[in-house]
Amino acid sequence: MLKPGLRLKSAVCEAEIMVIKANDGDDLTCGGVAMAEAPESADANPDQMNGCVIGKRYVNEAETVEVLCVKSGDGSIYYNGDELMTKDTKKLPSSD
Amino acid sequence: MNIALFLQMAAEACGDRCALAHDGTHYTYAELYEAAKRAACRFSKVQCEYVTLIDESSPAVPIALMGAAMAGVPYVPINYRLSEEQIIPLLERIDPAYLILGPKESDHSPDHWVTQSTSEFMNDVFSDDEMEVSWNEDPSAVAVQLFTSGTTGTPKAAILRHEHLVSYILGSVEFMGAHEEEATLVSVPPYHIAGISAVMSSIYACRKIVQLPTFNPFEWLSLCAQESVTSAFVVPTMLTRIIDELEASDIELSSISSLQSIAYGGGKMPVPVIEQALKLFPNVNFTNAYGLTETSSTITLLGPEDHRTAADNDDVAVHARLGSVGKPLPSLELEIRDEHGEPLGPWDAGEIYVRGPQVSGEYDGRSALDDDGWFPTRDAGYLDDHGYLYLSGRADDVIVRGGENMSPGEIEDLLHRHPAITDAAAVGMPSEEWGEVVALAIVKTEGQEITEQEICDHIREHLRSSRVPEVVHFTPELPYNETGKLLRRVVSEWFRIKDD
Repeated sequence: MLKPGLRLKSAVCEAEIMVIKANDGDDLTCGGVAMAEAPESADANPDQMNGCVIGKRYVNEAETVEVLCVKSGDGSIYYNGDELMTKDTKKLPSSD
Repeated sequence: MNIALFLQMAAEACGDRCALAHDGTHYTYAELYEAAKRAACRFSKVQCEYVTLIDESSPAVPIALMGAAMAGVPYVPINYRLSEEQIIPLLERIDPAYLILGPKESDHSPDHWVTQSTSEFMNDVFSDDEMEVSWNEDPSAVAVQLFTSGTTGTPKAAILRHEHLVSYILGSVEFMGAHEEEATLVSVPPYHIAGISAVMSSIYACRKIVQLPTFNPFEWLSLCAQESVTSAFVVPTMLTRIIDELEASDIELSSISSLQSIAYGGGKMPVPVIEQALKLFPNVNFTNAYGLTETSSTITLLGPEDHRTAADNDDVAVHARLGSVGKPLPSLELEIRDEHGEPLGPWDAGEIYVRGPQVSGEYDGRSALDDDGWFPTRDAGYLDDHGYLYLSGRADDVIVRGGENMSPGEIEDLLHRHPAITDAAAVGMPSEEWGEVVALAIVKTEGQEITEQEICDHIREHLRSSRVPEVVHFTPELPYNETGKLLRRVVSEWFRIKDD
């Protein structure tokens, strides 16, 4: 079950994510293979290898799912078959 | 979800970058990360339930904060300026703890505690064997516990969970948003929420932290030049002292030309001070941040563009925004409510309520949030037509004269603009006739004269007559705490004593 705070690793590359927002039963894949806390390495789907970048937040179109990439990788992250997009965050002036 | 993630990501993305400068020594993100992991192992091994640090800012601060997060125990920095009698009851509330003590601190420790000096702790976390640690990702675990200053009685322990702090940082800071040459000067104490958020924001932005343990305007300016500082956070009194130092000493403004931005908060900034600062530093971006411990730091911002627009504007309403704390962060909701909890419209003063994922609003395990998740800040203020927030003091500071609610800030703002007055505090004084009346404490500008009568006339001319004080007390200075907060309770006492 996906829940906020959960850390998941890619089975096809170095990528790691942290779940920020998710629903029960959501299915997250990286490079076409399900992400897990300790996945066994697997072969990637070459069509889903556009990469993910540390520090970027990824969301689905409806913004019901959001993850933070905490380690960059070669795979791209999909949710229920759709590629997640980077979320534009409004840049705020530093206040601390 | 754990704040240790910020340091792990920084070490992963730019491990060789300089993370921290302290007294001429520099540390990279990789070094801080390794040290925090070793600290976590030490904390876990002794099975402490809290990690506490009673010292000035030093590299031990981020290491203990992140190490405690990895070990899954709350980090509890305590004000090192408190007396032994004040510290002991606080320590009894966080037993058993791993205690990291500054050189000046006496030995507070009961038997079953682990006590180390900051330098012993630093030696250990840089010499122990390399460790791998895994940490708990439970978002509801307590990350930080801060004791309130206790000016209103026994200090309360404000609880900040990982979910609050992570929400705050992810919502307000871009990962690795800083360029390699950026450096931020941190002179707020480590036991203050601004000291905690400065560490976390800078680590997540991968911006070098330059620590100034004890603020002094000369040291501040020297360190700015020496470490090519690009940004800084100051409390209002610090900014005043920096400006005075620049005018009095022969330090050249050009020596701090690397400085691009100054954020300020932690107390009300007098408008004349920020006006003067904007003139003195025309190329610096100023940001006013308003926040509370219970909200994981900043909740509203008045950004650089707002400052410039307001400063150059002849329109009185727009110019007045220099005295505003700006607009809420996008991830937050903010409302002004009356004493019955009903929302108020623009210009009506009432209590400020906030809601959002960074808001904890929890003390000693009791939540102060209402059923819908709103946090009553106990701060009073109002919004203008454009949603800019103005603070008018603590909700408790509102002076109620014959049923009329008056904000001390309204009177003080007027007096701050008077050339013969350097500082002013308005407080309520008990009155048989009115319930409360206004009493004023005034600091005169050196070399200038102003009488009680002239002050009363000035107020009568510009504000409603109910604002005219019953008593005016002239004093060489007003009492502030070390983070620039006016100690109104102390000022009120002056007028109570006079009654007897």
